[in-house]
Amino acid sequence: MKKVLLATAVFSGAVLALEITGAGATFPYPIYSKWAYEFNRETGNKVNYQSIGSGGGIRQIINRTVDFGASDGPLTPEEVEKNKLLQFPTVIGADVITYNVPEIGKTVLNMDQKAVCDIYMGKIKKWNDPYLQQLNPNVKLPDRPIVVVHRSDGSGTTWIFTNWLSKVCPEWKEKVGYGTSVKWPVGVGGKGNEGVTNYVKRSQGGIGYVEYIYAKQNNMPVARIKNREGNFVEPNMKTIQEAAKHAKWDKSKHFYEVLTDQPGKDAYPITGATFILLAKDQPERAKKATTFFKWAYEKGDKYAEELNYIPMPENVKKLIFEYWKEHGVAP
Amino acid sequence: MEEVAYAEKTLKEIRTRGLFLERFLKFSFGFWALFAGLLFPILAGLILLYEARLAIEKFGFIHFLTYTNWDPVAEDFGALTMIFGTVVSTILSMLIAAPVAIGIAIFITELAPNWFKSIVSTAVELLAAIPSIIYGLWGFFILTPIMATKVEPWLQEKLGDVPLIGKLFQGAPTGVDVLTTSLVLSIMIIPFMASVVRDAFNMVPPIMKESAYGLGATKWEVIRQVVIPYTASGIAGGLILSAGRALGETMAVTFLAGNNPQIPKSLLDSFTTITVALANQFTEADTDIYLSALYYVGLLLYLVSFTMLGIAKFMVLRLEKRWKV
Repeated sequence: MKKVLLATAVFSGAVLALEITGAGATFPYPIYSKWAYEFNRETGNKVNYQSIGSGGGIRQIINRTVDFGASDGPLTPEEVEKNKLLQFPTVIGADVITYNVPEIGKTVLNMDQKAVCDIYMGKIKKWNDPYLQQLNPNVKLPDRPIVVVHRSDGSGTTWIFTNWLSKVCPEWKEKVGYGTSVKWPVGVGGKGNEGVTNYVKRSQGGIGYVEYIYAKQNNMPVARIKNREGNFVEPNMKTIQEAAKHAKWDKSKHFYEVLTDQPGKDAYPITGATFILLAKDQPERAKKATTFFKWAYEKGDKYAEELNYIPMPENVKKLIFEYWKEHGVAP
Repeated sequence: MEEVAYAEKTLKEIRTRGLFLERFLKFSFGFWALFAGLLFPILAGLILLYEARLAIEKFGFIHFLTYTNWDPVAEDFGALTMIFGTVVSTILSMLIAAPVAIGIAIFITELAPNWFKSIVSTAVELLAAIPSIIYGLWGFFILTPIMATKVEPWLQEKLGDVPLIGKLFQGAPTGVDVLTTSLVLSIMIIPFMASVVRDAFNMVPPIMKESAYGLGATKWEVIRQVVIPYTASGIAGGLILSAGRALGETMAVTFLAGNNPQIPKSLLDSFTTITVALANQFTEADTDIYLSALYYVGLLLYLVSFTMLGIAKFMVLRLEKRWKV
């Protein structure tokens, strides 16, 4: 009898491929769809991910219309509990500060917390401001007005950037705060990473923040940012992963952890993870999703790196597997 | 006898079938007309009202309408900046487009040689077929640099010191502002306006024009005193249609407006419109009140469009009365 059951299980497993649906954040869309493609080739299971934005992803999983939701900002532990959800991080990204100052070309500039904050508050108005000059003693900065550029659309990129500013700059926290879109004190808004980039490229004296991946693919000049240990850090695979390594991931808090301004000598400070949300009260659907993400954690790192996403460190992956087991949604 | 009865029967059948068909068409067309024309707008309005209820409760109507702050973090919302941006960019683009479009229509119907008419007509209609995103990209990559480095500094130099008007040209010329947006919007609506106005001009009975010529009127006098008065309501109709398009235009404006929820202090200031705010913020609106406020703004766009089109329709009726022949 047992054998028959087992045989049927195996047989039906082979025939009935899983169909997993997800919706949410646009930032991880390229890697999720790459994973989905490779996952489908290897296992025959289908993943249908729609990048409708984090806000939409959260709403869809709360209404249980998808198997998993995706969000760039983590929900607080209370929100996760209230909506009977589970939450864990998948990949890491970062924001970089790019600029267009014709006089210095692609020279790498140093920026600290106060410099970025004052520029975006509209207090530092020129490139040769004494404060900026003192941070970059070897560069001759020109007498040119700074054109501040930010995102006009709501986005996880803005969330990470403003969250970092709120942590390192009390004035920003008090007057602006953080979110997927905020009330900007100065500057013009460009739509999407490409909008910000083109605006910075076009205006002499422009400065803007874009996703690390985007800046890397487009070979843009990128500033070194001072982290909380006082080092100027260039954003790259190593320094961004460093930020995730030292973070205090906590299973009992549903991995609520923002990677901005993390400790670590070489940790790049404007870093953030992107998250997956599952329905705790529908373990069958959640298990379908964890099947996919287990595969992604085990075999997907190389695809992530190809696309310049930073995979989670091994210790964090282990924590996530344990977290699934605890809540009965392990595949 | 039998044949007559048979013939009567078939005739009856045919008649009932015809009656049935007629009735069926009447009802189904009537239904669709009612649905598209009346029910659908009402339903859309009701849904917007329902989704916006949270924000309506929290911010009220007059306050929301006259308040300029838009702060998603503090969850404090007011729509005046967006309504202002929508109305101002629409009116400005109409001001630029109307004379050009009417000029094009006059040229096509009255002035151009016959072989040239169809070429210009087609060219203008082709303009209307270009998707708005293309206008946006063209405006952003090609027009804004020219505006920022050439046109706007020149305007500032020439007009910056003129009292009153000079105020409109203050601030750093960035190219993404009210002026560039209105300019691109006007290019987008010119073809619509021109085609409608041209069709209206073509409707003028030749006998009226000919009798004017017969009385010794010049071409210009015929255009001014016969063609334009006769077609005033047609011209107004064309303007209304184009106003509708300018009001709702999103993609192109997103690229060119600078997307700042503020009341622009000059033509060279960045701003935002209702549709742009919706397109930009809808996907990532993560709190209920934020989403509801966006629906509320959508509801206001609905009301603004209705009011503007209503006013325009009223003007057409008055014109028709005045020029009734």
